[in-house]
Amino acid sequence: MENLSKEIREAVKKLFEEDKVDLVIGFENGSLPLKATPCFIRNIDDIDRLVWNSRCENNLAVYLTKNKGKIGIVAKGCDSRAIVGLMQENQIDRENLVIIGIPCGGMVDQKKIEKSLQEKEPLEVKENHDSLVIKGNGFEETLKISDILYDNCMSCKHRNPVIHDVLIGEPVEEQDDVDEFAGVKAFEEKSSDERWDHFVKQGEKCIRCYACRNACPFCFCEECSVDSSQPQWFGKSIALSDTQVFHLMRSFHIAGRCVDCGACVRACPMDVDLRFFNKKIEKDVRELFSHEAGIDPEAAPPLNTYNTDDYDDFIKS
Amino acid sequence: MDAAKETSWEPKIITFLCNWCSYAGADLAGVSRIQYPASTRTIRVPCSGRVNPLFILRALQNGADGILVSGCHPGDCHYLSGNYAARRKFSILAGLLEHVGIEKERVQFSWVSAAEAGRFAEVITEITEDVKKLGPANRMVKKRVH
Ligand code: SF4
Ligand code: SF4
Repeated sequence: MENLSKEIREAVKKLFEEDKVDLVIGFENGSLPLKATPCFIRNIDDIDRLVWNSRCENNLAVYLTKNKGKIGIVAKGCDSRAIVGLMQENQIDRENLVIIGIPCGGMVDQKKIEKSLQEKEPLEVKENHDSLVIKGNGFEETLKISDILYDNCMSCKHRNPVIHDVLIGEPVEEQDDVDEFAGVKAFEEKSSDERWDHFVKQGEKCIRCYACRNACPFCFCEECSVDSSQPQWFGKSIALSDTQVFHLMRSFHIAGRCVDCGACVRACPMDVDLRFFNKKIEKDVRELFSHEAGIDPEAAPPLNTYNTDDYDDFIKS
Repeated sequence: MDAAKETSWEPKIITFLCNWCSYAGADLAGVSRIQYPASTRTIRVPCSGRVNPLFILRALQNGADGILVSGCHPGDCHYLSGNYAARRKFSILAGLLEHVGIEKERVQFSWVSAAEAGRFAEVITEITEDVKKLGPANRMVKKRVH
C-alpha cells in the first residue's frame, strides 16, 4: 500500500511539474485511524498527503461536476466507470482531465469492521497485502480484507479502471465468477407481500437527509427535483408514502447510469438498503437493453435512446 | 370493509391518454356509444412520452386504484419517437414497481389508436376487472401522520 501511495505521489508530482493539472482529487488519511477521506491538492507541496489503501471508499467522480479547470483524479474501478458514465452524458471536459487509474482490491466495510471489533476502539491500523492489523488498548486483531469488503465490492466485476491516462500499480484479477445480481434474484423469488414489507421497512428507516443523493456522482442536477418547491414535485411530509416516492424516483433517475459504486449506501446514516432498488433496475436495464453502465464512453444512455423492437410484452395492444 | 360497501365499490382508474391516439379513440368510443365501465378519470397528455413516472406514483399516493397510460402504436407517434422513449421508461418503472410489491395489474400500459374505439372500451373493461379483483389500493396511498 505504501508503494502505491508513493506511486500516486510521483505521478501527481509529474502532472504538476508538467502543468497538466491545477487540482488533483485523491485520498488522504482521515482523522480516525481507519478512515481515508477525499482530498483536494492544489499545490505541489501538498502531494505527500496523498495515500492509497483499502479505505479509499468514496467515489471521487462526484466532485468532477463540481470543479472546473485542469483536474487530475485518482480513480479505482467504480470511479472510472462513473467517469465514463459522465462522459456519456457530456459532463466531462476530457481534454482537461487526467485519470490516474488504480486497480482496486475492494474497499473494507467500516460497519463490518466495527462488528468484528465489537465494542473495542481501533487506535492504530496497519495494512498488509490482504489483511488489516488493527490495534487498540490491550488488543490486536488481524482481519482478512476479503472477508470484510463492502457488499458491492464483493460482487464487483470491474476492479480495474475501465479508462485511465496513468495507471498505478499492477492490474488485479477480476471476479468473473460472482453473480452481481444474486441479491435481486433472491428478492424476485419472494412474494409480493415480502417485497412490499422490505420496501416499507426501508422507507420507515429513511430520514430524507438526501445524503445518498449527494454522494452519487450521477445526481449532478443544479436543482434536484426533490428540492424544488415551485413546482413542488415531491411531498415533503414524513408520511411513509412520500419517502417511498422519493426512493422510487431516486432509483429511477439513475436507471442505466448507476455503477453500483456503493457511495449512496455508505453515505446513508440509517442503513437503508439502497441496492434493493439500484440493482433491480440495473438488472432490468442489462436484460432489456443490453446496456452496462460506465463501460463505453460512446454508448448512449439507455433511457435516452430506443430500438423500434424494444421489449413490448408488458403493453396491451 | 363491510360486504355492502364491497359490492358497491367501484375502482377509480386514472388514465393518461395521448391526445393523438388513445384520447381520440376514447372520444370515438363515446360518440359511437360503445359501453365501458365509468371507472376512468382521464388526463389528456400530448404524448405517452410526456408521462413522468412521478405522475403515476403521485396518482397512487392520492388513492388511484389503477392507472393506465395509453399511447400510439409503435411507429405511429405524432412526434415520431415519444412512445419509443416512453416504452423504455415504463418497462423499467413496471419492473421496479413489481419489485417493491405494487401489484402489476395496478399500473398498466396500452397502445390504442384513434380508430380503435372498440379496443379502447375493451382495455378499460379489462383494467377495471383486474383492479376490482385486487380491491381498493392501499399500498403507497398517502396517509396523514399525526
Ligand atoms: S446510485 Fe449509489 S451506487 Fe449507484 S452510482 Fe449513485 S452512489 Fe453509486
Ligand atoms: S441517505 Fe439514507 S436516510 Fe438519507 S435520504 Fe438517503 S436513504 Fe434516506
